[in-house]
Amino acid sequence: MTRRQIPVVERILSANDRIAANNRERLRGHGITTVNIMSSPGAGKTTLLLATIRALGEACKIGVIEGDVASQVDADKIAQAGVPVVQINTGGGCHLEASMVQQALNALPLEEIQLLFIENVGNLICPAGFDLGQDYNVALLSVPEGHDKPYKYPSMFEFVDLVLVTKTDVLPYMDFDLAEFRRLVHGLNPRAPVLPLSARTGEGMEAWLEWLEAAVRR
Amino acid sequence: MHELPVTEGILRIAIEHAEKAGARRITDIHLVIGDLAGFVDDSIQFYFDILTPGTLAEGAKLHFHRVATRLRCWECGHEFHPPERDWTCPACGAMGGEVRAGKEFYVESIEIE
Ligand SMILES: Nc1nc2c(ncn2[C@@H]2O[C@H](COP(=O)(O)OP(=O)(O)O)[C@@H](O)[C@H]2O)c(=O)[nH]1
Ligand SMILES: [Mg+2]
Ligand SMILES: [Zn+2]
Repeated sequence: MTRRQIPVVERILSANDRIAANNRERLRGHGITTVNIMSSPGAGKTTLLLATIRALGEACKIGVIEGDVASQVDADKIAQAGVPVVQINTGGGCHLEASMVQQALNALPLEEIQLLFIENVGNLICPAGFDLGQDYNVALLSVPEGHDKPYKYPSMFEFVDLVLVTKTDVLPYMDFDLAEFRRLVHGLNPRAPVLPLSARTGEGMEAWLEWLEAAVRR
Repeated sequence: MHELPVTEGILRIAIEHAEKAGARRITDIHLVIGDLAGFVDDSIQFYFDILTPGTLAEGAKLHFHRVATRLRCWECGHEFHPPERDWTCPACGAMGGEVRAGKEFYVESIEIE
């Protein structure tokens, strides 16, 4: 039996990349700016989205795709805030994939949305590899998680456009070193702003809202 | 957990190329995975063993070619392999660098009969 070697050189996630490109084209066709929000579970993604919806009010028409391993609770909270939302349950999967977002887009009133948030599944490893069709990637790291996380999850911090340090209201009780965290993030990603904020007290929210407004205008 | 869809991707690519080449079976699959890509060899192997029976890739051997992270210093341009938990440039002491290698994640080649 003859054995042959065949060169392939194909990205393993090429199928996902193709669907993501379709999503991107479709979203841009509607003039929608899409922001993918990533963090560990409990870092404050949903809380920040609720505070953002409240703060922007009528100024910007928001839509949300909620990714979660299971359950509908986050989507219910967003719906109560009066914003169109679709829940994706990954059924154990640890990240969203482009095909799931494609389905979710079918269920959203795209004509009525200017700014679409995708709350990814809580996880600092996997979402980085899976393009969804977003325009921007934002990583949240909460103060209790500690400032050394870029060493542990370099792929996440290397590719994002913005890093938010959340729950700064608990800084007095933790040994989180913001300057060192900034140094580590900028070691791999010097262009990403690092903005500290607290969705609870509202401290630092203006800088985040300004970043969003600039992203929508772009 | 996320190695399941990834392993499905590997299998889809390998079988597509094997069918195009008229293969009877795939004996080997060569993967290139950067250390920053965040995928675990054992876990891919685990799903591979579950997914392959009855396919062209049944019994094929997976080869993992690992690519070490390589940074290019932002300040002086020196390229280096950073040890874990230290991204300072050994040449000039500046922090970090552009990722030049370590994010690879592709099927390089397959061997068929
Ligand atoms: N102290 C404090 N707690 C917060 C803040 N933001 C969120 N939390 C709490 O952190 C927990 C997880 O928040 P959630 O928004 O559900 O996180 P998610 O899993 O990333 O969506 C909840 O108990 C929130 O009340 C904050 O700015 N300060
Ligand atoms: Mg949430
Ligand atoms: Zn240097």
